[in-house]
Amino acid sequence: MFSRRLIFLVACLGSLPVMAASGLKNIELRDLYFGEVLFYAYQDLHFDALARLDIELTQHYRIDESELDPMHLNLGQAEFSVGDIELQYRMDKRAGKAIQAVLGSGVDLATRNMAALALARMYYRKNDAAATLYALDLIKEDIDLSKYEDQSSTDLIGELPEKFWINVAYLRGLASVATGQFTQAIEILESLRNEPSLRGYVLFNLAMAQLQAQQEQEGLVVLDELGRLETDKNDLLALKDKSNLKLAYRLLDSGNAEASQTYFQRIRLDGPYSNHALLGAGWAAAALERFDRALVPWSILHEREKTSYPVQEALMAVPYAYGKLQAYGKSANMYDHAMDVFAFEVSRLDESIKSVRTGKFLEALLDEESKKDENWVVNLRELPDSPETRYILELVASNDFQASYKNYKDLDALEKHVEKWLDDLRMFEELIDIRRAYQEPLLPELEAKFKKLDAQAKLRLEQRNSLAKKIRNMLIAPRPDYLATAEERLVSDQVTALEQYIADRPGEIDERLVKRVKRLRGVLHWRLYSEYDQRLTDAYNHQTSLDEIIEAFKLRYGSFVRTRQAATQSYEGYETPIRKFRTDLFAIQRKLKGIKARQGKLLEALAVNALDARRKRLEDYQIKARFALAESYDRATKAQFDQQIEEQNRLNEERRLQVEGQEDTAAEPVQEDGSEEGTPSILEQIPVN
Amino acid sequence: MPMLRSLPEEIMQRKFLKQIVFYAAVAIAGSLPITLQAAEVTQEQIKGLDEQVQDIKQDVLQITTELSLLEEKLLFPSNTQVSLFVSLAGSEEMILDAMQIEMDGKVVAKHLYSSKEVEALRLGGVQRIYTGNINTGDHALVAKYIGRDASGDEFRGSSDFTVAKAVGPKFVEIIITGGNVAGNAISFQDW
Repeated sequence: MFSRRLIFLVACLGSLPVMAASGLKNIELRDLYFGEVLFYAYQDLHFDALARLDIELTQHYRIDESELDPMHLNLGQAEFSVGDIELQYRMDKRAGKAIQAVLGSGVDLATRNMAALALARMYYRKNDAAATLYALDLIKEDIDLSKYEDQSSTDLIGELPEKFWINVAYLRGLASVATGQFTQAIEILESLRNEPSLRGYVLFNLAMAQLQAQQEQEGLVVLDELGRLETDKNDLLALKDKSNLKLAYRLLDSGNAEASQTYFQRIRLDGPYSNHALLGAGWAAAALERFDRALVPWSILHEREKTSYPVQEALMAVPYAYGKLQAYGKSANMYDHAMDVFAFEVSRLDESIKSVRTGKFLEALLDEESKKDENWVVNLRELPDSPETRYILELVASNDFQASYKNYKDLDALEKHVEKWLDDLRMFEELIDIRRAYQEPLLPELEAKFKKLDAQAKLRLEQRNSLAKKIRNMLIAPRPDYLATAEERLVSDQVTALEQYIADRPGEIDERLVKRVKRLRGVLHWRLYSEYDQRLTDAYNHQTSLDEIIEAFKLRYGSFVRTRQAATQSYEGYETPIRKFRTDLFAIQRKLKGIKARQGKLLEALAVNALDARRKRLEDYQIKARFALAESYDRATKAQFDQQIEEQNRLNEERRLQVEGQEDTAAEPVQEDGSEEGTPSILEQIPVN
Repeated sequence: MPMLRSLPEEIMQRKFLKQIVFYAAVAIAGSLPITLQAAEVTQEQIKGLDEQVQDIKQDVLQITTELSLLEEKLLFPSNTQVSLFVSLAGSEEMILDAMQIEMDGKVVAKHLYSSKEVEALRLGGVQRIYTGNINTGDHALVAKYIGRDASGDEFRGSSDFTVAKAVGPKFVEIIITGGNVAGNAISFQDW
């Protein structure tokens, strides 16, 4: 349990420089799809986030008028996010390119600075401290802070400017330690020692820099300060334990066992460094020849999980202390017990190594428990105990193993992703077949009907245009006759015919009849001219109503045309791309399979190497335990014989005194070959060897 | 760090253990399992493989982009496409448990939220809860949600909206503002 906590802590501490790496915080959202990218990025689903971001950027750059795409409002963040998410997805090569592209793209200074910091973090994660310092040097420090603040509030930076500069300084301090520039590192870290957000970590790194710079005393003082830190945060409590442990062992190694005890005692019994502290506390007491006191922490350790290094050492240390206390029998028994434990652990290691070789280890690594979330170190604790998983937590402490394991998991996920796309392609083809089967017979009939309706529609539209033109002209040159009703036109035609009839027969027609025809013409004329304005207004209103109908018609018409086009496009032109995609997916699948197999072998080799090292160490312990056991038996036997000799000598002395007393009282002769002669001498009972 | 290094030296000096050393060596050799030779793993190997992994990630991402575009063209043509998004606004203490979306009287999407999803929404992420196809014209959209407040009390909200679908793709953001007051717990934004 304690070793598990230790490994978890190692993983947490190891990830510290990266934790603050994401710049994807507090982004002002102006594009929904970019929001979707963030939704996945915030869940650490980096592949999904990157895939969506790539799609959005691809679509954005394919649009002719890209400024109409809301994505352009988040484009700066999106470009930066590519590098940021790629970093988190451990695509360092592409991330580096993306970030350097931002650095060279002429964006604002704040974004450039953030990009440089991200690049520096990437280099630091790759243990390239010199490149880290180079990237940090790209950050311009003489900028206008107010402008920077404005920028940070609207851009993706998500950190207050002060925090940004603190992060820059801290990373520079760490990189300086790594490059051996201890004076610079100490100066930077000293300036950050009161920074609340880096509380504890700055002190630890400062102490390490000072110790490496041969400033032993100053380093120990800083470690002591950190060792007394008041906190209730788990990570800081663990760091505090680590400082005390470091300090205690430093003192113990320099021969100051007395002083080291204080620091061992500061370490929590249920913390991740508890086992090491108990072991060290025992050795501190042993160094002071207080083996009885050494037994107290060692005995606690003796009962803990036997796969832990300190516990295995305690299995040897406890009988060693009993031996020093001359309890040789007890010591021998405990060495015997230690040998049993070591033999059992060696057999379990053999079992684990065999299990790794048969591929069960890789299966266990991809167990559902370990897939639940990215906190995989914790999830590995939940794996059921089996040969392939028993020592897994011991293995994950190695950075190489962690990186390889993450890659293996990513490859497995990619493999499933490719399989899903291959399934989807089959589904697409089926869908296309169904669409073709349904739509191909319908389309010719539909097309014929459409052509007929289309011709009618065009005619009606021409009529409407003609009427509209007439109305427009009547506004300039009034034409009341254009607005006559059908009845009025009929009557007008009849009156015209009568007028013609009268004109053809001058003097023949009755004058009253001629006047009556004239009156009819007058009435008609009066009506047309007197009602003209109202009629023109009505005509205009009718045209407006007609336009609304035509507008709706055009929409339906457009919709139909698009649907007809979409119907054709829903099954035409997909065969070639789908065939190409399938070929590409198969090629990727083969490549993936090969890389995954190599990554798996590498993981197995790392596991076997680590297990083998554990095994060799246990074998070494076994040899030592056998020697020590033999010595304990020898000493126990010798002590027993010494005791018997002493007892025999005492009895002889008593007899001698008794005989002398008898000689004094009655001078009786003593038989020379008395009863003692039949009993072998105590010295004879001791083996020659 | 004082280890057990002092033990064997002390013991080895003793001549009487020579025989035991021999027997112990024989015994240990006898108990050795089949030899499992560990392969050497170099940093170059690890680095080289890591670069290959990065390259294949790039390949898969690239083809995923192309395939996703094909999928969208095939399944959700732009003239009929409608996408509904969910975002959180308002109280940070509100926990979104579930959402249900109805379109034209039919339930088109249901979702139960994990804590990570809620956290992602809270940080400003937007969830695409539904993508489908509809005709041009007006469509009735009803969004319902179930959530909990800081004290763990459950509350529900429901609101409706008219989606006016035109020729292009339609995007609607459903913003959950939380709270017990019906009517203003959900708002919609037409994008």
